[in-house]
Amino acid sequence: MLAKTLFEKLWEQHIVHQDPDGRALLYIDLHLVHEVTSPQAFEGLRLNGLRLRRPDLTIATVDHNVPTTPNRHIISDPIAAQQIETLRRNCREFGVQLFDIGSTEQGIVHVIGPELGLTQPGKTIVCGDSHTSTHGAFGALAFGIGTSEVEHVLASQCLWQKKPKTMQVVVDGELPLGATAKDIALGIIGRIGSDGATGHVIEYRGSAIRALSMEGRMTVCNMSIEAGARAGMIAPDETTFRYLRGRRFAPGNFEKALGYWQTLHSDEEARFDTTVRINAADLEPYVTWGTNPGMVAPITGRIPDPNSAASETERAATTRALEYMDLKPGTAMEDIAIDRVFIGSCTNARIEDLRATAELVRGYHVHPRVRAMVVPGSQQVKYAAESEGLDRIFRAAGFDWRESGCSMCLGMNPDILQPGERCASTSNRNFEGRQGRGGRTHLVSPPMAAAAAITGHFTDVRKWQFKEAQSA
Amino acid sequence: MRPFREHIGIVAPLDRSSVDTDQIIPKQFLKRIERTGYGEFLFYDWRYAGNGQPRADFVLNQPQFAEASILIAGKNFGCGSSREHAAWALSDFGFRVIIAPTFADIFATNAGNNGLLLVRLHEQQISTLLDRAHQTTGYKLHVSLLDKRVRDDQDFEASFEIDDFRRTCLLEGLDEIGLTLKHESEIAAYESRLVSRGW
Repeated sequence: MLAKTLFEKLWEQHIVHQDPDGRALLYIDLHLVHEVTSPQAFEGLRLNGLRLRRPDLTIATVDHNVPTTPNRHIISDPIAAQQIETLRRNCREFGVQLFDIGSTEQGIVHVIGPELGLTQPGKTIVCGDSHTSTHGAFGALAFGIGTSEVEHVLASQCLWQKKPKTMQVVVDGELPLGATAKDIALGIIGRIGSDGATGHVIEYRGSAIRALSMEGRMTVCNMSIEAGARAGMIAPDETTFRYLRGRRFAPGNFEKALGYWQTLHSDEEARFDTTVRINAADLEPYVTWGTNPGMVAPITGRIPDPNSAASETERAATTRALEYMDLKPGTAMEDIAIDRVFIGSCTNARIEDLRATAELVRGYHVHPRVRAMVVPGSQQVKYAAESEGLDRIFRAAGFDWRESGCSMCLGMNPDILQPGERCASTSNRNFEGRQGRGGRTHLVSPPMAAAAAITGHFTDVRKWQFKEAQSA
Repeated sequence: MRPFREHIGIVAPLDRSSVDTDQIIPKQFLKRIERTGYGEFLFYDWRYAGNGQPRADFVLNQPQFAEASILIAGKNFGCGSSREHAAWALSDFGFRVIIAPTFADIFATNAGNNGLLLVRLHEQQISTLLDRAHQTTGYKLHVSLLDKRVRDDQDFEASFEIDDFRRTCLLEGLDEIGLTLKHESEIAAYESRLVSRGW
């Protein structure tokens, strides 16, 4: 039998119809929906007199627009309020389960899918959101789609896809202390570039990936799109199965599902179109300095000189990025002072991220110039953190402790940067104006963001003096 | 969908690589629930200063490019967010063709689903076209999807590749959902196999 990659197994499993030109009509097992990219799709169904084919495979939540303040059911922005109300109406009309503001299970769509056990190995998962790649951490084939495709899936539960190429990114060895899953992601993108994986589905492999928790794996897969990849995947294993067992939407016949899930890995002889190998020991805590996630340097590094760029295109892009970011070539990363800290997003707002961050800030206080906020990825993460007392550690250190949502990752709600403000952010995009017009975003891991919040500038977490918990 | 066969139009040069969809249409305009009316917000932060005044140095604010319908840009155009609003904004502004060395995957699909033709040319060809668009007032290109060629009235001529299915859909203005629903019996058969898995 022909050796297959994990991706090829999932692809073949989901073919409803194969066209001779190589395109396939794929069945979609789970469709996640949020308020921003769905209104025009539901409207399309209505205009064309179409039904929602599988309401039972469609799940909705509100995350992008929702305020993260305590009284957040009152939305002051009338356009945002209308968009949220439109999702409510669409969910009622078409029979879709909605995790609304006020639900104990509301949260960022890519945080609640796994949390509810909806995200499972072997599934095809789509959402009108590029960070859908997150769900690949479970050995699912998960990718972001546009609104026309959202409508297509609502109507048919299928999507036409041209078969992408495959890329394996093998990260072997032990991740150094102080480097996190986020640094694996930034390290990869720094090496292959923000379009290094365009047209490919990445499978992350190797001992450093296997050693990651599910939270860490989700962080790595989440950032696949920042390298241009169609999707990112990690073969499921005991870590995956342990995470899923007992979750609300986990399979009723778990053992039977497990039997299938255990076949979901790339065969030993399987071939990939591209291979990237990284020694985990070479990874460090990273900080982005530019306006795409590939513009990244280790915390011990310096701002690059555009004149040493490899090409004219790269020189122009670096010059422009440094101008926007107001940074000078040769500046040490540790000398860059910050104004704001955002700990949140579908990349890094899970309970493990908050635990690691709280441990670091315990006994310290946020720098007087800095405003820092923690936005849990979901209400469930928030409750878990509160039951462990993490909220008290953050508040005592001067952090704002918020309700869940996408928040300042993209600033669609009131959480935005002011022009010129510089932010250490655990999110996924440092594009111009991403967190607010004129705002300057540096992507880092949660511990790196927390350390910067305390010292007021980027700080190597490997030198951090942790303080012990005081006995009560 | 509006069909695309061939098009002659004024070319606007955007000499930037990795133009992300956050630049094409910033987040504050994604709260609307309509599909139309995004053209005025296209490249908003690049087109307008903080006080709302047009920035004279941005290409689309220069009078010779005001009627442009073909955009030329650097590699990795449309990267980042999956927002289809980016394709809507480009179309609504009046663009029918984007020419670049490479495009991000999700943007490419969104463009195709909105009758916006993406043409991939080599860096060297792009560089020639950018120069000509800057130097020749009213510089136009003729883009034909029928014979998959781009040419100007000087000496530039290039062929481009496009997926056969995408080409057919664009030429005929086909609606993908309509095509898919013709496979109803296959979809139903797949669903009954799913049920038999039983977990």
